[in-house]
Amino acid sequence: MAEPLGALGIILVLLVVGGAVFADLIASADPNKIAPRDRFLSPSIDHLMGTDQLGRDLFARVLHGGRIALSVALFATAASLAVGIVLGLIAGYGPRWLDNIMILVFDALKSFPTVMLALALVTLFGPSLTAVVVVVVLVNVPGYARIIRTQTLALKSAEFVTAAQSMGAGAGRILRVHVLPNVIGPLLILASMDIPVVIAIEAGMSFLGLGVRPPTPSWGAILNDGFTAIRDTPWIAVAGGLPIILTTLGFTFLGEALRDVFDPRLKGRG
Amino acid sequence: MLHYTLSRLGLAVLIVSVAMLILFSMIYLIPGDPAAVALGPRATAAMREALRIKMGLDQPVWVQFWNFFINAWQGDLGNEVLSDRPVSRVVLEQLPYTLALIAGGMVWSVALGIPLGCWAAVKRGSLADRLVGVLSVAVIAVPSFVVAIYALLIFAVSLRWLPAIGAGEPDDLGDQLVHLILPSIAVGLGWVGYIARMVRASMLEVLEAQHIRTARAFGLPDNQITYQYALTIAILPTITLLGVGIGQMLSSAVFAEIVFARPGVGKLVYDAILTRNYPLVTGAVLVTTVLFVLINLVADLIVGALDPRVRSSF
Repeated sequence: MAEPLGALGIILVLLVVGGAVFADLIASADPNKIAPRDRFLSPSIDHLMGTDQLGRDLFARVLHGGRIALSVALFATAASLAVGIVLGLIAGYGPRWLDNIMILVFDALKSFPTVMLALALVTLFGPSLTAVVVVVVLVNVPGYARIIRTQTLALKSAEFVTAAQSMGAGAGRILRVHVLPNVIGPLLILASMDIPVVIAIEAGMSFLGLGVRPPTPSWGAILNDGFTAIRDTPWIAVAGGLPIILTTLGFTFLGEALRDVFDPRLKGRG
Repeated sequence: MLHYTLSRLGLAVLIVSVAMLILFSMIYLIPGDPAAVALGPRATAAMREALRIKMGLDQPVWVQFWNFFINAWQGDLGNEVLSDRPVSRVVLEQLPYTLALIAGGMVWSVALGIPLGCWAAVKRGSLADRLVGVLSVAVIAVPSFVVAIYALLIFAVSLRWLPAIGAGEPDDLGDQLVHLILPSIAVGLGWVGYIARMVRASMLEVLEAQHIRTARAFGLPDNQITYQYALTIAILPTITLLGVGIGQMLSSAVFAEIVFARPGVGKLVYDAILTRNYPLVTGAVLVTTVLFVLINLVADLIVGALDPRVRSSF
């Protein structure tokens, strides 16, 4: 991937992050203020992206929606990493039978189509942010745990691990001090490349009405408002979709560039 | 090959069994009494008790799971709540629409992705190669439901070139195909990118192989080398990728069916959630999961049949 694209990625990501952090300063309007007289206004100087079916300012909602998207993405990714690392270390360092069972469960989890899994889980948790985070964790953990497991298996018989064992180090210390620092690098790169996928899962579930509850502004929810009114007021759908496109593109371009820097072997490959 | 087939088949059966266990635990953990949920608030205690016994909810957990497990393997997924019809029948009625949609998505991704990837590999380092690379990443990144909404907005609502809703007249194949265009683009667009990247990467590898150099040394025409000798090998990883791709297309299909108001399994599950028709939800999720596992099995077997190295490594 060429560097200009990485630069474009950084610019897009900074725009989205900046918009989310300074949402209150950039958009003066309250994202949740209902104004029945201003319903369905097309974009203008007063309302840069127009207003929705309740007269709420879409520009303010899009910026505040960025806060939801980014915080869910960071939190859910961190949770997936934590669970994935622990399970991966256990599978790789633990007894063979446990490893086999865990691999089987990971494969089974991966065999559910993502959205189907999300729909099934919503029956359990109800539409909520919790459901979104659980879906992200269940989707990400099999992959993360497998990477950690494979590398742990390889390190298990390395000389410095044997040396630590012979000096009486317990499993916990070996995994924490000797194994984890050696296996975590590739995982972090992978996780950063998964951020756009996580953002898409949150937006997708909110689009279906299964994620963030109204009136909280979420890009997916705005897109759904736009979908409902697509024939007469197309700008709502545009306002909901645009930030999703820009954010996923930004993080993807950035992730590709980062991967090329950290892992040149993969450069120009699939 | 027999050993490979049997061990892959055994693994698939195991995976589906564990998936069933996971699904069963989900149903079991749903808060509230399933019988009360099914009957609604106006049911008497006696009616609830009767349904509990009919549903087997009075039995110990492991008996319930065993019954669920045995019945599911025999294709009995219970009855749905609203009309009391067998879940498997309801799901199988909707499945063809979803399969048509996925097939449409695959047609786009293969018909565009393979030539683009091949072209980029042959013109390695050129502007065309870079352009294909950037476009591939871009279409992979953008979520399918945004593609669906924007496609609906541009081609159906604004330009009015293509129909916006439904699956077309049942007896009119042409009409059905026209209705399939936009949803299948929404489902397949990202996979054009995946396949283009995959084909490009594996073409680059193959083009440097000994037998390709030999073919060049013999002076065979470039086109013959590229499309006959290189592509047939470079395409193998794509088959495995397509197996995985169908699982993701199943996910995208849920969105496409909702956005374009098409019948199908995705729409079925979505509507079932809104009406709290839980047996239908789990049944449909199980059917799509089995479908996904089966497709991956077939993909692995095809690759195993074509590539002896895969067989021996298993």
